[in-house]
Amino acid sequence: MNNIFKIIYLIIFIITGTIQVNSAEKIDYLKTDWSFKGLFGKFDRASLQRGYQVYKEVCASCHSMKYVSFRNLSEPGGPEFTEEQVKAIAASYEVNDGPNSEGEMFLRPAKLSDKFVMPYENVKAAQAANGGAYPPDMSVLAKARSGGVDYIYSLLLGYEDAPSDVKLDDGVYYNKFMYGNKIKMAEPITDDLIEYGDGTPATKEQMAKDVTTFLMWAAEPHLESRHKMGFKAILYLIILTVLVYFSMKKIWSRIESEV
Amino acid sequence: MSDHEYTPKSKFGKWFNDRLPLLSLASHLTDYPTPKNLNYWWTFGGILTFCLITQIVTGLTLAMHYIAHADMAFESVEHIMRDVNYGWLIRYIHANGASMFFLAVYIHIFRSLFYGSYKSPREIIWILGIIIYLLMMAAAFMGYVLPWGQMSFWGATVITNLFSAIPLVGEGIVNWLWGGYSVDNPTLTRFFTLHYLIPFLILGLVVLHIWALHVPGNNNPVGIDIKKPSKDTVPFHPYIVIKDGFALLMFMIVFAFFVFYTPNILGHADNYIEANPLVTPAHIVPEWYLLPFYAILRSVPDKLLGVIAMLSAILILAALPWLDTSKIRSAVFRPLYKQFYWILVADVLILGYVGAMPAEGLYLLIARVATGYYFIHFLVVLPILGFKEKTMPLPLSITEPVLGGSPMASAVKKKESLN
Repeated sequence: MNNIFKIIYLIIFIITGTIQVNSAEKIDYLKTDWSFKGLFGKFDRASLQRGYQVYKEVCASCHSMKYVSFRNLSEPGGPEFTEEQVKAIAASYEVNDGPNSEGEMFLRPAKLSDKFVMPYENVKAAQAANGGAYPPDMSVLAKARSGGVDYIYSLLLGYEDAPSDVKLDDGVYYNKFMYGNKIKMAEPITDDLIEYGDGTPATKEQMAKDVTTFLMWAAEPHLESRHKMGFKAILYLIILTVLVYFSMKKIWSRIESEV
Repeated sequence: MSDHEYTPKSKFGKWFNDRLPLLSLASHLTDYPTPKNLNYWWTFGGILTFCLITQIVTGLTLAMHYIAHADMAFESVEHIMRDVNYGWLIRYIHANGASMFFLAVYIHIFRSLFYGSYKSPREIIWILGIIIYLLMMAAAFMGYVLPWGQMSFWGATVITNLFSAIPLVGEGIVNWLWGGYSVDNPTLTRFFTLHYLIPFLILGLVVLHIWALHVPGNNNPVGIDIKKPSKDTVPFHPYIVIKDGFALLMFMIVFAFFVFYTPNILGHADNYIEANPLVTPAHIVPEWYLLPFYAILRSVPDKLLGVIAMLSAILILAALPWLDTSKIRSAVFRPLYKQFYWILVADVLILGYVGAMPAEGLYLLIARVATGYYFIHFLVVLPILGFKEKTMPLPLSITEPVLGGSPMASAVKKKESLN
């Protein structure tokens, strides 16, 4: 058994080493409690619904979310809107479809099976409308930045007046969490920018937290079932390991008892 | 025991076995006499077999949903993550499985280095292992390209560009590898093809690796030759099977923790950004298991010499059975080698660390010293040590250290009747 502990120490050593190397550029992000972290982490349903509202009313005017479908909004583990609600949401968008039997393309209201409608036709159009900067697609954004949700949350709240020695061009803003501190997105959320359907006060911090939670779900829609299955799988493995350990002792005792 | 001629009991079994001795093979595998003093470092062979099969099974499933096209690869991965039933699970097992595979293979290699398992008569096993390791790196590198994220694209660009260091034909070779004038769709489709092929090559080599192992039999922590079958050995089944099984389960717990709770921690965030040939990421870093070699590559100022140093760092291992001049296998009886062994382990870990850091200033200096020492260990220390080192006396048999030198003949007799 002595050796197995050595092996476990070594594995832990390598893993922690790797993780430290991976997050070498340590930045002190703003802290908030994420309900989806930890072994039993789950999304806060109300926060996801509010987060969708922030996304829809604020972010979606520039940022696409092209891998998420409307139907996902009513699926378990997500914001869990009712199907009627989602149908109504989808119907408020128009998508280009076709060609029909006359060979014409036509516009129709979006359905549950459609992906989120993009604010711009293509990347070039998005750049043209945003001073040359492409507002990144938000489908996997929470996984596509080192620092993840903490980074996004901090960035949303990290707008400041530029220090006197920093010169900013037109359409460029100062953000203490942005790489290089210069960002082409104007401060997207301010207190009471929107009015929450459930009456929650729409403070900056609340909106940042809600929309970041929503982005995490969008990037990882199966997070809840992953956590649930993981707990069961690891518990099962531990029980099996204990049983196999005693079987092993029993089998080896045939030899060792005689030595 | 394996030396005995196996005869099946049933008539059909005998008829079949005379034509295709599968039953003899199964009997050989279950009875295979294994040193009974193997410790847990020896369980990683079985763990690696598990890793290979896991990668092949999950890989086949992923290939059913993945689209190898520059415009669709990234989207198809998201399709797997979102819409394929348990696609997220299969992909996370496959992606983390690669890291687990390398974790296990590094332990396996360093176990071999410590106990001198590469020495006569096991040189062929060792060289086959080095070839498997090389193929693993190729497979892992190409696999990382397939999601067609930013790190995929730029990693592929950096690594394939290494071939341009070859004089005269370098440019031509790079264009040939790319199938064009930059990393693009033709590169992706051929990488996918090769990524699909290589695991089966590895599987074939693993069969040879095990076959070559079964000729001399396992080395053991004491490192002395043992008679087999004898009181020093146990049949592979059930003794080693259950022990390997126990170790495998412990390994699977670590594996499962990564898959279910931190599935992206070993990857790079930039790979969730779709490949864009016009935007270079701030730092292009390979996966963690390639970092020591990346550090060696960057520590040499000249591109061609850097590539040569990196390749030599791996290929030098194939010459190890002849570079190590000591007749004693196990480091347990080599007090000096033991110290150099741990220095080498530290050296490789340091190389891995500086490989992840920017190649400048102090990091570059450390990388150069560590690279130099890596080669000195194999080219200078090991050959000299074999002549200079005062080794400790070897026991006569592996039961001797276990029994503390007392013969206990009766116990041995009983055991043999059991076997």
